[in-house]
Amino acid sequence: MTSPAIRVDNLSKLFTLHNQGATAIPVFEHLALEVMPGECVVLAGESGVGKSTLMRTIYGNYLPSGGGVHVRHNGAMVDITQAAAHEVLDIRRRTLGYVSQFLRVIPRISTLDLVIEPLLENGVSAEEALDRAVTILNALRLPQAHWDLPPATFSGGEQQRVNIARSFVREYPVLLLDEPTASLDAANRAIVVDLIKAALAKGAAMVGIFHDLDVRDAVATRLFNVSDFKAAA
Amino acid sequence: MTAPPTTPNAPANSEERYYNYAYLDEQTKRMIRRAILKALAVPGYQVPFGSREMPVPYGWGTGGIQLTAAIIGPDDVYKCIDQGADDTTNAVSIRRFFATVADVATTEDTGAATIIQSRHRIPERPLEDGQVMVFQVPQPEPLRGLEPRETETRAMHAYAEYGLQYVSLYENISAFGRIAGGAGYPVLIDERYLMSPSPIPKFDNPKMDMCPAILLFGAGREKRIYAVPPYTRVRSLDFEDYPFEVQSWEQCCALCAATDSYLDEVVLDDQNNRMFVCSDSNHCATRRAQGHAGPMAGHSLAHLDEEPAQ
Amino acid sequence: MSLTALSTAESVPADVPLLRVAGLTKMYGHLPGCLDVSFEMRAGEVLGIVGESGSGKTTLLNCISGKLPPTCGSIAFNARRHGLTDIYALSEPDRRRMQREDWGFVHQNPRDGLRMRVSGGANVAEPLMNLGQRHYGAMRSATTDWLGRVELDLARVDDKPRNFSGGMQQRIQIARNLIHNPRLVFMDEPTGGLDVSVQARLLDLLRELVRDMGLAAIIVTHDMAVARLMADRLMVMKGGHVVETGLADQVLDDPQHPYTQLLVSSVLQI
Repeated sequence: MTSPAIRVDNLSKLFTLHNQGATAIPVFEHLALEVMPGECVVLAGESGVGKSTLMRTIYGNYLPSGGGVHVRHNGAMVDITQAAAHEVLDIRRRTLGYVSQFLRVIPRISTLDLVIEPLLENGVSAEEALDRAVTILNALRLPQAHWDLPPATFSGGEQQRVNIARSFVREYPVLLLDEPTASLDAANRAIVVDLIKAALAKGAAMVGIFHDLDVRDAVATRLFNVSDFKAAA
Repeated sequence: MTAPPTTPNAPANSEERYYNYAYLDEQTKRMIRRAILKALAVPGYQVPFGSREMPVPYGWGTGGIQLTAAIIGPDDVYKCIDQGADDTTNAVSIRRFFATVADVATTEDTGAATIIQSRHRIPERPLEDGQVMVFQVPQPEPLRGLEPRETETRAMHAYAEYGLQYVSLYENISAFGRIAGGAGYPVLIDERYLMSPSPIPKFDNPKMDMCPAILLFGAGREKRIYAVPPYTRVRSLDFEDYPFEVQSWEQCCALCAATDSYLDEVVLDDQNNRMFVCSDSNHCATRRAQGHAGPMAGHSLAHLDEEPAQ
Repeated sequence: MSLTALSTAESVPADVPLLRVAGLTKMYGHLPGCLDVSFEMRAGEVLGIVGESGSGKTTLLNCISGKLPPTCGSIAFNARRHGLTDIYALSEPDRRRMQREDWGFVHQNPRDGLRMRVSGGANVAEPLMNLGQRHYGAMRSATTDWLGRVELDLARVDDKPRNFSGGMQQRIQIARNLIHNPRLVFMDEPTGGLDVSVQARLLDLLRELVRDMGLAAIIVTHDMAVARLMADRLMVMKGGHVVETGLADQVLDDPQHPYTQLLVSSVLQI
C-alpha cells in the first residue's frame, strides 16, 4: 500500500480580528484529509465554507489554530505548520506547487525565463529546461511572439496560461489548484484538463478547487466536502 | 626664564636678550623634542603636539619653524628654501629669523647645511648622514580628503587599513589615464604607516627612501609632528599595472643644462616665450659655477640667484 | 534574470547558521531600543524587519551590523575567517576586517553609504581596494561589470555621485556593497527616499541580484510591499519587541498579532 502525499490531521482554523473587537471567525475544525499519489481531491462546499482557507493552510500561507499538515518531502512526512521558514520554502520549491487564479507578475522577466526559472532552481540543466519550457508553452498554445516579453501586459487568459506552464513544467509531486481554469476559454480548459490528467497519471497528488463542473468532473478522483468540518460559530 | 630682557638685538645667547634662544621657551622645546623622539621611534606616525603661536600666520611654516627652533643650536648651519629656492621671500625671512634668534650661520649650500628647512622640495644634492631636513606641512593627514572623520582616519592608521588611499590613485587613473597627483604623493613608511610628504613633488619621493638624513615633518595648524628616521624604507603607493613614476621633462635646465633635476616653467613674456629652469636654485648655481651651460645660459633670470645669502 | 547565476556566495554548511542573535537588548539610558531579540538566519535567506518608526528596527540593525554594541545579548556571525563567532568578542581590527570582507550595508540615504567626493566608479571599486586588490585594470573591469549589472550608463562611470539622480546613486551604492561578494548584506530602507516608479525598478533589480548571488540579506523597511517582494521571512517589531515572526507571505496574509494585523490592514490598496 502506498502512503499518502498529504495528510491533514485534526486541522482547525479560526481567524481572530484583533482590530475589530477581537472578533473570532471560526472556519473549520478537526478536519482530516489524506491525499494519495495519483489522486485529485476536489474541495466541495458552498462559497465561504473555507475551501481556499484550507488550500492556503496546506500551502503554509495560513497558520492553523490547531492540528497539522504533513507533506511527503524527500521521502519523509514533514509538518508544514511546524517547519522552519527555510524548510517550508524548500518544500514549496521542490514538492508543493500552488496554482492560483492570478499570476504574481514579476516585471521585466520574460515569459520564457519565468517558466524556466523553477527548473533551474531545481538543478535542471539549462538545455533541458529550455526544451521543457518550449514544449509546455507550445502545448498551452501561447504564441511564440510572446515568449520574450514579460507577461505583465498579457490578457488574463494568457497570464493564466503562463502561470499554469510555470507550475506544470516543474512536475511537482503535490499540486494545489485554486481555480486554474477560471479565465480560460473552452479549448484552453481542455488543454489544462489534459495536463492535469497527465500529471495524475505520473503520480502527482492534487487538491483542487474548481467551480467549472465540467472540469471538476473531468479531473476529480473524489470530492471532499469542507462543510462537513464546519466549526461551530 | 631669566631677568626681563632689555635689548632685543643683543647676541642670541646673552642674558639681555629679549627672546629666549631660538624664540621658543625651553619647556616648549622640550615638549617638541619629546614629540620628535616619539615620531622617530614610530616612523610615519603623526604625533600630536602643543603647537604654539608663532610670529607668522599659519600656512607660512609655523610647524617647520617650531621643529627647527626645538633642534637648532649655535653650531648649526641653517639653510631654508621655499619651492626649491633660497631667495624667495619666505625662505629669506625665515632664514633671517633664525640668524637673529638662534645666532646661527646660514648658507645656501646644501652640502654645508646641518639643518635644511623646506617647503615643496628636497634639494637635488643627496642628503647626508648628520643632516636634518625639516618640512613645513599644511595637511598631515593623507586620508583627509577621502575620509573627513578624524576618529575614522585614526582607526585606519591604527589598523593599517589603507585601501582607501588607493581610491585617490584610482580616481587619478580613471580621469587622466595615469597617476597624475604631482605633490604630496602618499608613501608608506617601513611598510607600516601611511604618510603624506609635505607638498613636495612626487619627483622627490624616491629621495626619501633609505635617506641617510633625518626627515622631520611639522604641521603647526594641525598640531602634528611626524618623522622618517635615517635609512628607512619609503615606498610610494601604486598599482601593479600602473607603477609609480616621477615627472620627467623633455628639456634640460635652460641655464645649467641639468637633465636630472626638477624643473620649473618660467613664463618670460606674453609672446609665448618660456624657459625651464632648475627649481633648486643652489643646485643650478653650483652647476653653472662648474661650467655647465644650458641653451639660455646668461639669461637675466640667472643673475637673480647671485644675491648672496645673509 | 540571467539563466546562469553569475556568482554564488560560497556555500556555508547548512547546519551552521549564518547569523545567530540571542537575547539582544539595547537600552538608551532607561529607554528601550530593542528588547530580548533572538533569531537565527541561514545562508541565502532574506529576512525582513518591519514595524513603524521608533519600533526599534534600526536599533536592531545597527546592533547586528556591529555599529552599536548591545546592552546585553550576543550576535554570532559565521565569518569566512573566524567561523561562527560573537562579533563583539572579536578585536576591533578583526571585526572591521570581517565587516569589509563578509558584509555589505546599503543605507537609505546614498550620502551615508557613498563617498560623495569620488566618482561612482571609484566608489564601486573601493571595497576591492580595501580587500587588498592592487591591479587597476582588473578592478576597472569588475566595476564596469557591476555598473552594468545595476543598469547604470557606463559612459557616466567617472561622474561624481552628486551628479546622479537618487535612484542612480542607490544603484551605485548597491554595486558598491555587492562587488566583493559578501555573505550578508544589511539594507536600511533601501528604496526609502525614491519615487514610486524608481522604487519598483530598483526593488526588482535588488530581488534579482539577491536571488542570483544566493545572498543572505536583512532588510529593514516599513513598506509591506517591499517586505513581500524581497523577504523570505519577516520579523515584526513594536516598542522594541519582536511581536511576530514567520514566513513572509504567512505573516502578511494571515497575521496573528494585533499590531501586525493593524500594520497589514493599514496598507492602502490601489
